[in-house]
Amino acid sequence: MSEEVLKLSELQLDALKEVGNVGAGNAATALSQIINRKIDMTVPKVCILPLGEVPDVVGGPDTMVAGVYLRVFGPAPGSILFLLPRESAFYLVDTLMGRPDRESNTLDEMDQSALLEIGNILAGAYLNSLSYFTKFTLLPSIPALAMDMAGAILSVILIQLGQMGDHALVIETEFTTEADGVKGHFFLIPDPGSLGTILAAIGVKV
Amino acid sequence: MAELIKVGMADYKVGSNPASLISYGLGSCVGIALYDPVTKIGGLAHIMLPDSTQARSSDNPAKFADTCLPIMLEDMLKGGAAKKRITAKIAGGAQMFTFANATDIMRVGERNSEAVRVVLKQLDLRMVAEDTGGNYGRTVELNLTNGIFRIKTIDKGEKEL
Repeated sequence: MSEEVLKLSELQLDALKEVGNVGAGNAATALSQIINRKIDMTVPKVCILPLGEVPDVVGGPDTMVAGVYLRVFGPAPGSILFLLPRESAFYLVDTLMGRPDRESNTLDEMDQSALLEIGNILAGAYLNSLSYFTKFTLLPSIPALAMDMAGAILSVILIQLGQMGDHALVIETEFTTEADGVKGHFFLIPDPGSLGTILAAIGVKV
Repeated sequence: MAELIKVGMADYKVGSNPASLISYGLGSCVGIALYDPVTKIGGLAHIMLPDSTQARSSDNPAKFADTCLPIMLEDMLKGGAAKKRITAKIAGGAQMFTFANATDIMRVGERNSEAVRVVLKQLDLRMVAEDTGGNYGRTVELNLTNGIFRIKTIDKGEKEL
């Protein structure tokens, strides 16, 4: 069994964490400017998990979340997934739209469009960091949105990884606002072949 | 309170009355419930991909439709189930995100459902009900007392197969 992700050294994981750190910092700044609130982020976690355990990171496979999904194109293709608990998605959209009280439990077309745009901006901010470190031109696809169970949404990326192995490399960051507000998880999941390309470009290829 | 056995992604479990088998949050994955109504032995699989021969490497046969179903069936038969009585119900295989140009990888839900139907036929198992497709997630639960396969969704309601 020669699964690429299981052979990563401490140094390589640290390097990926640093890329994630700068990327998440950019993304947090962008998000903070959009909603005009202070956003805290945790130092990204880089972990290698069995595929089935990835949904537990966001509270279990039946947790209700909104997910914005983008593909990354360029020399190191991959996927980006921004997951928010449903309440956080409502808060984010309502803050952005200047709506004090939420009346319905759904997102209308305008709300969905706003969430997609937020996903787009975050992904762009994150990819800027990755491009900076790797000197690659990395471009995001048009974003797609889904509101559903975390397991169902994550299955989209896990299935892609499942074709290559049984583990996922997850670069994960958590965002929180000072008060009640937003909590979110940002996942960068390189396509299996891309990992080596990224590591070589940032100079930690074994 | 009957035992509730959880089945994770790329996993399968076999159990018997009065337990229930449950798998949470299926998206493009497919849940396959096999049940023998006489011995009340059943199995629930949560497969991720259609075909093990198209994948690079795996230690886990439960990930694929073509490798998971034969071993789950084998386990049920070892437990005393009779093949001719076993019926199959399947659910899942959704496409969670819609892109303008849906590539093959985005249509994996559809391919999963199709692969499961083919493998069931190869194993000579009778499929009696299915709830597949759509763009939403499903939680599925097989009640081993009566063989009811319950499907829960966030806002598409609940149904029993």
